[in-house]
Amino acid sequence: MNPNSDLFEYLKQKASWVRKETLKIHKIAQETRIASSLSAVEIFVTLYYGKIINFDPANLRWEKRDRLVISKGHGAISFYPILADVGYFDKGELGNVGQEGSFLGCIPDCIIPGFETTNGALGHGLGVACGISLALKRKGRNEKVFVILGDGELFEGSIWEAVMFAGEHRLDNLIVIIDHNKVCMLDYCRNVIDLGSLDDKFRVFKWKAETVDGHDVYSLYNALAALKEVKEDKPRVLIAHTIKGKGVPRLETDALSHVKNLKAEEIDAILAELK
Amino acid sequence: MKAMRDVFIEGIYNRMHQDSTLFFISADFGSPKLDKLREEFKDRFINVGIAEQNLINISTGLALEGFTVYAYAIAPFLTMRAYEQIRVNVSLHAQLKEININLIGVGAGLSYDVSGPTHHCLEDITLMRTLPHLVLFSPSDWKLAEKFVDYSIKIKKPKYLRFDGKPLPQIYSHIEDSDFLNGFKELVKGEKICLVSTGIMTHKAIKVAHLLKDSPTQIGVIDIFMLKPLNETLFLEALNRYDWVITLEEAFINKGGLDSLVASVMGRKNSKVRLKRIGFEDAYVFDMGSREYLHQLNHLDEKSVINTIEACQGVV
Repeated sequence: MNPNSDLFEYLKQKASWVRKETLKIHKIAQETRIASSLSAVEIFVTLYYGKIINFDPANLRWEKRDRLVISKGHGAISFYPILADVGYFDKGELGNVGQEGSFLGCIPDCIIPGFETTNGALGHGLGVACGISLALKRKGRNEKVFVILGDGELFEGSIWEAVMFAGEHRLDNLIVIIDHNKVCMLDYCRNVIDLGSLDDKFRVFKWKAETVDGHDVYSLYNALAALKEVKEDKPRVLIAHTIKGKGVPRLETDALSHVKNLKAEEIDAILAELK
Repeated sequence: MKAMRDVFIEGIYNRMHQDSTLFFISADFGSPKLDKLREEFKDRFINVGIAEQNLINISTGLALEGFTVYAYAIAPFLTMRAYEQIRVNVSLHAQLKEININLIGVGAGLSYDVSGPTHHCLEDITLMRTLPHLVLFSPSDWKLAEKFVDYSIKIKKPKYLRFDGKPLPQIYSHIEDSDFLNGFKELVKGEKICLVSTGIMTHKAIKVAHLLKDSPTQIGVIDIFMLKPLNETLFLEALNRYDWVITLEEAFINKGGLDSLVASVMGRKNSKVRLKRIGFEDAYVFDMGSREYLHQLNHLDEKSVINTIEACQGVV
């Protein structure tokens, strides 16, 4: 992969903008899960602005679109600014999240243009994505199925039913990105059940697994581009090491960051500091 | 005597030859009739393993991509292990998108009599009724199940098919499309007292009506096979010709099952018809024995039904 410094500079700028917009949304919609949404910023940015994903905002049912299933639904508020920016809906809508009459909830639903499925409840996305992936293969199509999983979500048994299925059925059009931010709701994941390294768990079930710094757009881009192109008859997982609450020091070190809100003044101060 | 699932699977098998959009997914559950289907359609039959949650999720993904899916498992595990998958991925999505998923649950009520309470299925009517956008089909014989093959392909909605696990005698020689879509059929026209039943209990209702044929008034029998959607207007008209309605179901009563459906239809229009409910009280069944024996212990046997009828006759 040729490092393209213009692209990575562009991705970094977009990530910075998305992080700020996400904080602004949290300012008006305090029920949004801000820490969980901040850890996934670079993942969404790389997928969309890096054109890893094929999409067409003008045609939601476009046959050639790659499918994106966001299993950690609550952590996808940072996806809203991107959807607006690339044309799925008006940017003005970002000011209405969680308000009366808005289609943008504090946890996303598939009434939002750009969302394929509803995943407010955890543990469903991967299995549904396996069904989509299988459908595309049976139709002889080349589109990919991307899935964003949280690491806390890996405690759901249904995830592992799907992991086993995908490996056995060699779903090589399936690319899972784990937002490995290490924190679930009440504690660090390792204090709940320590899964150790995640990549070997997936490899045992016949997956191709890679690990990456989930806030480094350069590494993310190269890893995703490679996973998309590689010819191997296996489902792929990219374990993206991230920091829950990335960009907000108070959240970055808090085991309870998932349930912490930021007050308006605090957000203003952070926005002023973020370049 | 034929099993509903065998007739239905045979129908789907035949349709799979012409229609390449049909998928059959099983949670490691079979039937002799399934053997040739899974042999011939290796690409469109998938055994997900003993994994009901994944059964529903995989089926959802396929249906979102436009396939018609049959998801097949033992009824209590299909409906209760995977309830949230059915709620979030099937029922909720169906409000926004066209998805054709047919959930085939085998083992309604006490079909698996001697397997005990884990395998009994007394809750599914209540649970599936409460989910929006889900068709609830509870046939009493294989003829209805056969009729449902066509419906399952044409009506592009999620559906729950509540099949008995045992072969049962034929009730319907023929059923008109209009009757089928109404969701119920008055099998025996009677006076004063009507038995309203679903699934296997319709066989018992018919038998009781026959046993009491020398009574001063004929006991009526209505079979409800489509609990949702049901033509409630016509159903209520049928009920209103009686003084008493007695519901019979191999399911829990007083908590959202067939009895509650009948009560809510009557209640909405302030029907004067009085209601008695026969089914399982608020307890699981650990007793061992045949289905009929378990009916006797739980007052679902013919004699108990007749006693209830006689009690109603006393106050008509």
